[in-house]
Amino acid sequence: MTQVHFEDVAEGQEIPKVVLPCDSQRLVWWAAGSGDYYQIHYDKDFAQATGLKDRITHGALKHALLGRMVHEWAGEKGRVKQVACSYRGMDMINKDVTSRGVVTGKRLEDGHGVVELEVWTEDPEGNKTTPGTAVVELPLK
Amino acid sequence: MTQQQQSVITDEMRARIGVESEPVPYEVDNTGCRQFARAVGYTDPVFYDEKAAKARGYRGILAPPGFLGHPVVVPGHPSQVPEAFRLNIPYKRVLNGGTDIEYFADVCAGDKLTAATKLSDLVEREGKMGPMLIVSTETTFRNEKGETVAVQRGTAIRY
Repeated sequence: MTQVHFEDVAEGQEIPKVVLPCDSQRLVWWAAGSGDYYQIHYDKDFAQATGLKDRITHGALKHALLGRMVHEWAGEKGRVKQVACSYRGMDMINKDVTSRGVVTGKRLEDGHGVVELEVWTEDPEGNKTTPGTAVVELPLK
Repeated sequence: MTQQQQSVITDEMRARIGVESEPVPYEVDNTGCRQFARAVGYTDPVFYDEKAAKARGYRGILAPPGFLGHPVVVPGHPSQVPEAFRLNIPYKRVLNGGTDIEYFADVCAGDKLTAATKLSDLVEREGKMGPMLIVSTETTFRNEKGETVAVQRGTAIRY
């Protein structure tokens, strides 16, 4: 894993995207991992009885995916300090969720390299369903 | 017909804004970290392998971003759902509006945390699906020394 350093980062820089296929097994893994057992995410009959067309991907899974993207970008010596997002659009089961991010600012804080990003997830049609922000610490050279 | 709806926010609910609940225990364990990490698709061994995590300077398996452990639930015992989430309102449906987690320290397997939640805001709005109540909460996670390790802010849309 190559390590990105604070000095290498510039405003406007895109970070590598992460694509997560969200099938029923993924959503059941997530239910167990997160402790969110609400049935609209894995029980089709239940989801349809609430008026949805089908099961939907958990919002918090999309939040966690944004966290994974910035963790993987920040590398072994980086630290994820904050991930925030709003759930604006639903992502249906059996679709890919794509996580993306762009650097919006950087600053030195008590000798730490702090980088701010705009992050979001997209559905396969390119709609931003989960806009948000993230803050990571990157090592200095 | 007037669009003005009767407020569902009672004085009692307003009085609860800003009042922190009793802390409830949260356990961060190896299996929990691994299970969460697997669900998100991580391959970084820092979330799976204690040796790898320690070699990277962590005191144990790192909790993946978003994972702050699981609440300790004992079936049959009184609900540990904080009061901030137990609102007496006429809306039965709920959507997750958003999540914001800010970290002040690393969270690792073996950590015994507590979570104290407060209602931070109540806002009524007329939405596409009818009247709705936006419930904002803030949960502070503290370690055994009482230090704040993370703050989670959440929004629930009740309608």
